[in-house]
Amino acid sequence: MSIDSSSDKTITVALTGQPNVGKSTVFNVLTGLNQHVGNWPGKTIAQKVGTYSHNGVTVSIVDLPGTYSLSANSPEELIAREYIIREKPDVVAVILNAAALERNLYLLAELLALPSPVVVGLNMVDVADHEGIKVEPKVLAAALGVPVVPMVASKNQGLDDLVAAIAGLSSGELPYTPKVPRIRPEHREVLAELCALCEEHVPQPYPAEWVAIKLLEGDSEITKMMEAHLPDKVWQKVHDILLAHEDAVIDVAGGRYEWVGRMTRAALVRPGVGQVTFTDRLDRAATHPWWGMLLLAGVLGLIFGLTYTIGAPLQELLDTYVIGGLSDLAGVLLSSAPEWLLGLVVDGILGGAGMVITFLPILVIFFAAMGLLEDMGYMARAAYVMDRFMHLMGLHGKSFMPLFLGFGCNVPAVVGARIIESRRARLLTILLAPLVPCTARMVVVAFLTPIFFGAAAPLVSWGLILMSLLVLAVSGVILNKVLFKGERAAFIMELPLYHLPNGHTIGLLVWQRTLEFLKKAGTIILIISVMVWALSVLPYGDVESSLLAGLGRLLAPVGGLMGLDWRMMVALLTSFVAKENTIASLGILFGGQGAQLADSLSGVLTPAAGLAFLVVQMLFIPCVGTVAAIKQETEGWKWTWFSLIFLLLLSFAAGIGVYQLARLAGL
Amino acid sequence: MVPLSKLGAGEIGLVSKLNGGRRMVSRLAALGFTPDAEVIMVQNFGHGPLIVNVRDTRIALGRGEAGKIGVVKKEAS
Repeated sequence: MSIDSSSDKTITVALTGQPNVGKSTVFNVLTGLNQHVGNWPGKTIAQKVGTYSHNGVTVSIVDLPGTYSLSANSPEELIAREYIIREKPDVVAVILNAAALERNLYLLAELLALPSPVVVGLNMVDVADHEGIKVEPKVLAAALGVPVVPMVASKNQGLDDLVAAIAGLSSGELPYTPKVPRIRPEHREVLAELCALCEEHVPQPYPAEWVAIKLLEGDSEITKMMEAHLPDKVWQKVHDILLAHEDAVIDVAGGRYEWVGRMTRAALVRPGVGQVTFTDRLDRAATHPWWGMLLLAGVLGLIFGLTYTIGAPLQELLDTYVIGGLSDLAGVLLSSAPEWLLGLVVDGILGGAGMVITFLPILVIFFAAMGLLEDMGYMARAAYVMDRFMHLMGLHGKSFMPLFLGFGCNVPAVVGARIIESRRARLLTILLAPLVPCTARMVVVAFLTPIFFGAAAPLVSWGLILMSLLVLAVSGVILNKVLFKGERAAFIMELPLYHLPNGHTIGLLVWQRTLEFLKKAGTIILIISVMVWALSVLPYGDVESSLLAGLGRLLAPVGGLMGLDWRMMVALLTSFVAKENTIASLGILFGGQGAQLADSLSGVLTPAAGLAFLVVQMLFIPCVGTVAAIKQETEGWKWTWFSLIFLLLLSFAAGIGVYQLARLAGL
Repeated sequence: MVPLSKLGAGEIGLVSKLNGGRRMVSRLAALGFTPDAEVIMVQNFGHGPLIVNVRDTRIALGRGEAGKIGVVKKEAS
């Protein structure tokens, strides 16, 4: 070996692949916990970087977003190609799904046009085998002229060979003679012409021929770049050529697929026509309009069941023992400290931290369930089945997944909207997410409904959930009409093959999502919690005369229309920190907790006012964690303010309407 | 030539034309919907989204999107 093991040589590897190829499993197995999750600069797309060492070489591995191609169709694709072109990684490792080889090789065809050497990890060989598809790695390697490593990453097979191939390619020990795909003969002349026109003006470090091909494909980013860099006269010529070859995009893609066909001719054996695979059989039920809905309802019911049977008791335990214990401890430690300090620690800091900590069990269950369904390949089916309904709101099936996450907590729902390609549909999903009744709101509903409605409480609770979803649907239809003029996003989605879930992958996913939630929501919730506490005691130290109460009294006229006094409005305002704060605030304002509080509430409020309060509570502005997430994901305050004002008006209007109607009905 | 959305389950079509905006055409082409590619209709209930198989991959398409892909029906041999 020529590598000196004492030297601290570092090489950089970019990990690429299409979606659903097991790329994150490869990344996780290679780096273990030596990974860092952040965001790509200026983007809300996760960037994962990790390291491993091999024969004394430190390998820094960058997990590029999963993309079908390297066109400028999505921010993910831009990130992937910009990274490879600008950062020039020593090796690009592309993970291919052996069960969908042709389409996967399309990405390789694009990668070979870039300067970094490429190694192929031929993953999911077992899945392909199961589907009756046989791939000969050696034959494929000979055809492509690049190393091909067969792997089953989920079973940790073949990763050592991939690591060795990466090392061999970066040190030059492995032969590398790639058969770069060429453009179809009928476009060679025009490509040469474009190359000649642009060559001198292509900015570093872009390869001139690649730029010319992207121009021919009508790539928006590259077209913009060259328009800026070319002298006007030359641009005019280029522009004329491109206009005359507007349909070239299909030919360029077709040319790549012809190359793929040549590369796989000897290496790929397909099953005979008519063979019914495992996925086909499962899909007969899972994607059926009726059976599919039934299955989905069952799956969702199971997740809710788990959340409430395991999550809710755990939540209570954490609340009683951890937060309760810490509060008691603070009481003892600060017994001689001024009263405001105790208030700050117990009500401000522990109140905010308490919300974050006690919600973890429910979030973890939700993340795990979602991760499991995603990893098995079921999520895409759920999206497909729900597409009909989402259509009505101008959304498509993909929006269903993040919205469903909202039942656990609205924060991951807003963040989860990232999976939607079109910015318009993403924005609409984010605006609608706060209308999904999260567990925190349901805690309030569970406490208040028995007070006002006794035995009918479960019925009222279900009614409130249905009402929320109905309002969500109607808001979706209206927002789509008004804001986006009824435009509809394109629904094009791969349905991956089903496969056994990988515990390691799901575990890491849950860990990373939980950590992200803690970091983002946690700090902001803590800060706002302390601020609201301050508002509730300043200036005289008690709630009744505080600034917050002043704000509540200011809102009292609006409250009057719903049968609510200023104390109920204050309780509503404090739900901004965390929805279940409502109960704690009512406790302070009416004095007493539990049964005592229930008595005083039922004495003060009529059932009509109680119902109005619950309706407002369900539709009110989301908690501060969600607001922070909205600001982050919509990249600014504009839509955040829009969302806040929209929900404020919506909830008050609904509350007033319900109260007046309920009174007419004699409640 | 017929729109892909007119194929019944089990029928096979060869892609002959992609309509729609450049971005959508580029996305469809990258997924394997290129001229002469074989598309097998897997599920089509006549309303709502549908599922096709193209280049060994199941792809779910909205009815509108499927209507923008022109195919030539391949007669069963």
